Amino acid sequence: MAGVSSKEIKNRIRSMESTKQITKAMEMVAASKLRRAQVQVSNARPYFETLYATINDIVVCNQDFSSAYLTAQPSTKSLYVVIAGDRGLAGGYNSNILKTCYAEMDSKDVTVLPIGKKALDFFKTRNIPLLTENYCDAEDISVGDCFSIAKQLCKAYLSGEYGEIRIGFTSFVSVLTQTPVTMQMLPLLHHAVPEKTAVSSDIVYEPDSVSVFDAIIPEYVGGILYGALCESRAAEQAARRTAMDSATQNADDMIADLSLKFNRARQAAITQEITEIVAGS
Amino acid sequence: MTPFSLKIVTPDGLAYTGQAEEVIVRTTTGDLGIMAGHINCVAPLGMGKATIVIDGKRRYAACIGGMVSVVDGKVTLVPTTFEWADKIDAQRAEVSYQRAQDVLRNKNSTNTEIKLAEARLRRALVRKNVASGR
Repeated sequence: MAGVSSKEIKNRIRSMESTKQITKAMEMVAASKLRRAQVQVSNARPYFETLYATINDIVVCNQDFSSAYLTAQPSTKSLYVVIAGDRGLAGGYNSNILKTCYAEMDSKDVTVLPIGKKALDFFKTRNIPLLTENYCDAEDISVGDCFSIAKQLCKAYLSGEYGEIRIGFTSFVSVLTQTPVTMQMLPLLHHAVPEKTAVSSDIVYEPDSVSVFDAIIPEYVGGILYGALCESRAAEQAARRTAMDSATQNADDMIADLSLKFNRARQAAITQEITEIVAGS
Repeated sequence: MTPFSLKIVTPDGLAYTGQAEEVIVRTTTGDLGIMAGHINCVAPLGMGKATIVIDGKRRYAACIGGMVSVVDGKVTLVPTTFEWADKIDAQRAEVSYQRAQDVLRNKNSTNTEIKLAEARLRRALVRKNVASGR
């Protein structure tokens, strides 16, 4: 144990222990938040899916492409809504989603609407124009906020400012897997389901298709936003929980390693003392 | 009456899924009644009372925003808020109603404040009416 005194090792063990306590506490907080977020996701998911399916049905059956929401706008500018977390220490959660979005934005003329402090900081340092900084707290955004964001987005889209609006969020696949995804919100794409078109080709729009789309699409965008937000929140907590779990384990490993070293150093010191006494007598 | 399949989903979860005999909802252009065999149709929802007939019993709910769609005989209601009459927090609606009125009476309110208050007032009125069974 040359060079490392047992006192130094003891100090390191103590500091590791306090680190472990912190990571353990963070893990537990994340776990309880995750449970809540999971409930929210499972509540919101049917809405998200039904909304998506219904809109898709309508778009597939829609024969007249009179609504601006369905036709591509001439503008080449894109708007990205990027949902990330407010805080770090969540494993790869923030960097994964931000990198995915950033890679996709490459060579595009983009404006970003960041949600979450990490997203805000990321795009600010890269000098990418931001639409608004009002929604930097991913934790505090409510359903109502989602719908007001959606209205704002639709207005900007209809004015022809942006050619497309996409959203980047982290999909909560399971507690252990979260995948960053980007999805197109506007203009609406139709994922053609060939056999379905034949069955229901006539849909009555009340009062007429244009006003129906004008009323429904902001709701749709809001719903998608809310769903994405729920998914992202759950994913963030899951990522943080996993990261903190492995941090706690690493701390455990290090403590075990250091304790072994400490005991060896102590034993070496004792042995040396005994040898000295024996030699001296 | 012939039943048809009805699904009501909101951001807060699945409100109802199963069979129903009649659905009356307030769309942006007025009340829309749907019975079995309705033509495929899509309409945006306004703010108002929704009446759902399940097993011959009428149930009422406050139904705000979103849309209703009938595709191949299946009715899907995707409202922003959907609260059954017995689940409405009448007290909260009353408080919200008063708050909105305060904003509207205040002469210094800005335009956006007034717009928000109007929307809140309408929602509160719908909730109050449905909760009191009117």
